[in-house]
Amino acid sequence: MQLNFVKRLAITAVITASTATAVYADVIDDIKERGVIRVGVKADYKPYGFRDTDGSIVGIEPELAKDVADMLGVDIEYIPVVSSNRMQFLEQGKVDLMIATMTDKPDRRKVVSIVDPNYYSSGTNILALESLGLKEWSDLKGKPVCGIQGAFYNKATSQNYGAKIVAFKGTAEAYAALKAGNCAAFVYDDSAIVAKTKDPEWAGYEMPLATIDDAPWGLAVQLGEDKFHAMMSGIIIAWHKSGRILDLETKWGVTNTPFAKTMNEK
Amino acid sequence: MEAFYEWFRILYEDTGINLPFMYDEYDRGRILNGLWATIKLSAICVLFSVIIGMVGAWLQGSPWKTTRRIVNVYIQLFRNTPPLVQLYFFYFAVGILIPRVENDWGGTSPLIDSFGWAVISLSFFAGAFNVEIFRSGIEAVPKSTIEAAKALGFSRLQIYKDITLPLALRVVIPSLNNNLVNLVKTTTLAYAIAVPELLYESNQIWSDNVNVTEMMLFLLVAYFVLVGILVWAMNFWDRSLKIPGFGQ
Repeated sequence: MQLNFVKRLAITAVITASTATAVYADVIDDIKERGVIRVGVKADYKPYGFRDTDGSIVGIEPELAKDVADMLGVDIEYIPVVSSNRMQFLEQGKVDLMIATMTDKPDRRKVVSIVDPNYYSSGTNILALESLGLKEWSDLKGKPVCGIQGAFYNKATSQNYGAKIVAFKGTAEAYAALKAGNCAAFVYDDSAIVAKTKDPEWAGYEMPLATIDDAPWGLAVQLGEDKFHAMMSGIIIAWHKSGRILDLETKWGVTNTPFAKTMNEK
Repeated sequence: MEAFYEWFRILYEDTGINLPFMYDEYDRGRILNGLWATIKLSAICVLFSVIIGMVGAWLQGSPWKTTRRIVNVYIQLFRNTPPLVQLYFFYFAVGILIPRVENDWGGTSPLIDSFGWAVISLSFFAGAFNVEIFRSGIEAVPKSTIEAAKALGFSRLQIYKDITLPLALRVVIPSLNNNLVNLVKTTTLAYAIAVPELLYESNQIWSDNVNVTEMMLFLLVAYFVLVGILVWAMNFWDRSLKIPGFGQ
């Protein structure tokens, strides 16, 4: 890819130029001075970011974040975020970098600086009892459907398919409500649901519909942090090229997604 | 009307002040639903908590030790635990133990939904405080008044209903007012168990539109007005109950 090559060259140039002549203080300097990078990650989104049995945050995204910390030669601090506060945390400078399963949306780009290329991609599907026999998205009409507060597809699911969204703060509550029978289905990212359908605890539940809204995920830095943005862009390209994303998927038990495969081949 | 709504779209485009629940029909529906749910939840909980308070205070004065003990255990349990913990406890812990019923979408769901649990939990929470508030009012009624009533042959229930409570009510209104204001504000916690009230719907809107600042301002004003209405009604009630020479 000609364009990619040129882009990469430009990025390398930016990185070398910026490291050589750091004239003004930006977030990279702050991180280095502090000796620790604060990264906003999910803590309830297995296997992308979740709490291990000892309480520490682990998963695909924390490992990616660790790569960034290693590259900068600093320690890492994981800050758990949820969908409804992750952009605010970044805006307010509570985190330096956010890798939190966030779908890349134009209106979100107005608030935070989403880095190209996208590092991952997933779509929307539902987890529901097999016995309900759901076949189409329109089958959800009038039914209570659990969701996560702050997820962009809540509005679409209720507006386009007539579902009544019952949104909770975190996934644990939503899964509990689904199990208790408070909702007919749980609308969520297909990547997370696939993992659940394999879980023996969720026997009898299925992911019955065609995935919709297959959309790329974006990691983000604060608006205006152009140098950090450029650096992250280079890192993402390296992740894709080296097959790091594919390796992490395998490591955490996710079937390699088409998006990660295509990006690796590019 | 349409021009009025459109004005808010222009406001957004020109100034960046984004109030989608004014120009977007779907979001307007959400906010109206949320407002209605908050009003409904507040009204029901206020009513039940006052009833619990009155009944509880009467039972507290019961001659039977067991009854008094039960009321005290109830007060300690609900007053000394956070309302959010109670909501979670009822919805997630008790909710799975109660009988399930066939629902209209072909599955089975618990008998009581999130709104029902919010009503139960918040009413009992505020009710625990109300019992103590009513007790303070009852204790303010002169003993001689009750003795006079006894001498005239009133039963315990009659004394409470016709003499103690009406007098106590006049004493407790200011502190009852306080607790009910708190109750209306506490209804926002119900969004944790997905009761689609005002805070919940606002949260949905600011997640979709990334207009957190505007929604926070709106929420502040909305609750200020809602609680203002309650306080006004309580003050009106307070004035209408005024007896010359008593408690003034």
